[in-house]
Amino acid sequence: MKNRFKFRHVLLVFMAACIVSLIAWARSARASGEAPRYFAITNARIVTGTGSVINSGTVVVARGLIQAVGENVAIPPEAWVIDGKGLTVYPGLIDAGTDLGLPREEAADTAAAGRGRRRAAPTGEIAKGPEDRPGTTPWRVAADEFKTDDKRIETWRNAGFTTALSVPDGGIFPGQATVVALAGDRHGDYIVKAVATLPISFRPVGGFWGFPDSLMGSIAYIRQVFDDSTWYAQADPIYAANVTKFERLPYDRTEQVISRELHDKETVLLPANNSVQILRALRLADEWKINAVIYGAQQGYEVADSIAAKKTPVLVNLKWPERVKDADPEAEQTLRELRFRDRAPSSPAVLAKSGVKFGFYSGGLTGPKDIFKNTRKAIAAGLAPDAALRAFTADSAEILGVSDRMGSIAPGKIANLVITDGEIFGEKTKVKDVFVDGRWFEIHEEPAADKAGDHKTDEPAGAPADELVSGEGVGR
Amino acid sequence: MKRALLFAAIVFTAVAPFSVGAQESNAQKNSAILIKNATLLTITHGNIEHGSVLIRDGKIAAVGTDLKAPDGATVIDASGQYVMPGIVDCHSHIAIDGGVNEGSISVSSMANIADVLNPDDLSIYDDLAGGVTEANVLHGSANPIGGQTVVIKLRWGKPASELPFEGALPGIKFALGENPKRSNFTPPPGVEPRYPATRLGVEETIRAAFIEAREYKREWDDYKQKKAAGNQNLIPPRRDEKLEPLVEVLEGKRYVHSHCYRADEILMLIRVANEFGFKVRTFQHVLEGYKVADEIAASGAGGSTFSDWWAYKMEAFDAIPYNAALMTDRGVIVSVNSDDAEEARHLNQEAAKSMKYGGLSANDALKLITLNPAIQLGIDNRVGSIEVGKDADLAIFNHDPLSVYAVVQKTLIDGQVYFDRQRDIDARPGLEKEKQDLLAKEKKAAEEKKAEGKSEGKPDKSPEGKKKKPPTKQSNVGNVSGGGL
Repeated sequence: MKNRFKFRHVLLVFMAACIVSLIAWARSARASGEAPRYFAITNARIVTGTGSVINSGTVVVARGLIQAVGENVAIPPEAWVIDGKGLTVYPGLIDAGTDLGLPREEAADTAAAGRGRRRAAPTGEIAKGPEDRPGTTPWRVAADEFKTDDKRIETWRNAGFTTALSVPDGGIFPGQATVVALAGDRHGDYIVKAVATLPISFRPVGGFWGFPDSLMGSIAYIRQVFDDSTWYAQADPIYAANVTKFERLPYDRTEQVISRELHDKETVLLPANNSVQILRALRLADEWKINAVIYGAQQGYEVADSIAAKKTPVLVNLKWPERVKDADPEAEQTLRELRFRDRAPSSPAVLAKSGVKFGFYSGGLTGPKDIFKNTRKAIAAGLAPDAALRAFTADSAEILGVSDRMGSIAPGKIANLVITDGEIFGEKTKVKDVFVDGRWFEIHEEPAADKAGDHKTDEPAGAPADELVSGEGVGR
Repeated sequence: MKRALLFAAIVFTAVAPFSVGAQESNAQKNSAILIKNATLLTITHGNIEHGSVLIRDGKIAAVGTDLKAPDGATVIDASGQYVMPGIVDCHSHIAIDGGVNEGSISVSSMANIADVLNPDDLSIYDDLAGGVTEANVLHGSANPIGGQTVVIKLRWGKPASELPFEGALPGIKFALGENPKRSNFTPPPGVEPRYPATRLGVEETIRAAFIEAREYKREWDDYKQKKAAGNQNLIPPRRDEKLEPLVEVLEGKRYVHSHCYRADEILMLIRVANEFGFKVRTFQHVLEGYKVADEIAASGAGGSTFSDWWAYKMEAFDAIPYNAALMTDRGVIVSVNSDDAEEARHLNQEAAKSMKYGGLSANDALKLITLNPAIQLGIDNRVGSIEVGKDADLAIFNHDPLSVYAVVQKTLIDGQVYFDRQRDIDARPGLEKEKQDLLAKEKKAAEEKKAEGKSEGKPDKSPEGKKKKPPTKQSNVGNVSGGGL
């Protein structure tokens, strides 16, 4: 009896607490030390990313998702209200190719014995052929290696990036790339889609003494891996049904992963920066029957129609080619290089005109400032600003297979938002607030933001970026 | 440079691919072209003075002395000039991206040159300027059995997919002697030397590969037979990208082009080929071919050699400039090749040397770089001579091509002008201006950037301002992506 009474008492208290919290959830949450989960951004200009712009409206964020957006939207009583007067709300930006959160690994495999040191002893095992599976670890998943303490995560987020594709590096099949959120309390919060897309590199990993040591060797190897995986998908069920009839199939982790990948029609990232590489990648994608996404594409301006004809999506590397720093001033600059450096920023505009779906990625740029600066170059070269925004939001989301969850400001989408005091790509524009999964970040003046991020920003962006930038960095 | 530059200035301020050249050519394709008043070196039907060639739809439609230009035809007046069939280079390494050798393994037949054709390689244009219209693009000679090879037309400006010679049988590169046995490589500590290390081992490697290929073919034939007989639940054999090209060799669907020098290794490969029932299509370099010319002729193989390029290694010492002529005398189909983008620009002169060394007739000398290599590549029904019905792949020289004064004026492929010396000269000022303008633009942008950095006054606060780090891989980035162009 006594116990029961006590229980009722507790219940009463609890109910009271509930009522209080319903009236002023935010306050109670704050009081208990938890982050608020309901927000309303009012009186703001809202660029939804689906084509419509609301000149003065409200976005309601509830428990990580966008609950409502519109001119006249009821503000839930529990919401924290952010006055968006004079501000613009955009969908959170996506950097569709980074090594954020992935520590740079030195000499994980024979890749370290690259062509620069052709005759040096390789550090890893020397592959004697495709059967040795050189540089092949497709079972690695970036999510598993993602480190939340990478200072660059904050740097990117402070600039309006809420999402990134973290691409593992090292080898021909380095592992699965992961879509990550650029905020979270725990590691798991950061992972949006662990197995998002499969990057492939054509960079030979043999280092002269091992296989493959040439671009054609790399291509032949990848072809053999697809052959083998297709074979495995065919052979394994037959074996399983007839175990007394056949020799056991040898265990091959690569075949298992790639055959599943082929079965699921997961996208494959194929590096291709110049027109020759792009056309080659399109042809190989056809031959291998894979859902390819071209990444690099800085000479897309020459072959945009061919890409459009194949309906192949593209991720454009925003690290526009520049003259090598400290290059020999006497060295001959070929017209071809000069033209490429001049025209590369026009690639997005030409791709857009041809109807190619493309996203943007930072590709080794050391910080968001450069990302925006180079985006402005693309805009100056003819890309419509709203197309540039799509490349950072809806179109990237679609290419990465997360458009059901993000890429625009619409009810049900993840609350990834960036609030600015002007046009998002404007030179003087400042980011005021960022929401990642409904987590609110107030962005302070630049020096503070810089302080938070600039330490790591100085670091070279790492090997994946290099690969992403160079397309195929094979020797000439 | 491997040899003295004999050729008069050939300039290659090539127009960029995907621009003017290709568009013009398309227009030409639809109309007829008449080349008139030229000395025609037909190769198969003697020389025709004051001759004309009529081209329609990329093919030679008529050859004669009194041809009239049809309405709307483009007329090329070649008065005082010489028209010969486009030169066929039976040994080339141009237009390859990302390495000529997959040299890590002794049998690299899975590697395929066709995968890595680079239509932007300026060597294509350089070679066009030397009158070359076809090239047999080969894998290097690092391995006893190298990669798959492809014959291309030098269609400068067209994408890679349009370079391969339609219908030409693909090939595979073999190599014998010092290169595949790695005489000139010492592996670093901890790295096992690659097998083979001797000529015996080279033979064994080739034999072993074909035994494997034969077994592979048997496995597949067996599987297909059982499958056809209605057997269910069969596990198919794995596809093997290394062995499939070798099966094609066994089935006569792929040519073997074998790098070789010494007489003994030439005989060795003939024996191995006999054992497995395939034919060697060409012996390449074949500098001691004159010693075993009868055996080569009897085997049905061709010989593709240099005019006078030797002594660059032990196995290349016993060479003589009479090689091409002597092999020809013994009934071998002989060609003279370049193996080199520069040498390919004066193959006409290389051919001429066999007139001095060995006394070949002018026509037989020209055959070394036209009809004979076309026969060796199995494309002589299409190119190699000026005959009605063949592809209009032609080179127009201002002098007899066997003269040192001869300079190519125009090179046509499929009846389209891919190289025009005058057009090239005319384009140079414009291209130079474009280049200077772009350089000035870059310089201006760099100065503005510098000024911007100064006016901000706090370069260290911005991420860009702090990019004073030592050059890392990143600084290569522009280079690599640009270099791929």
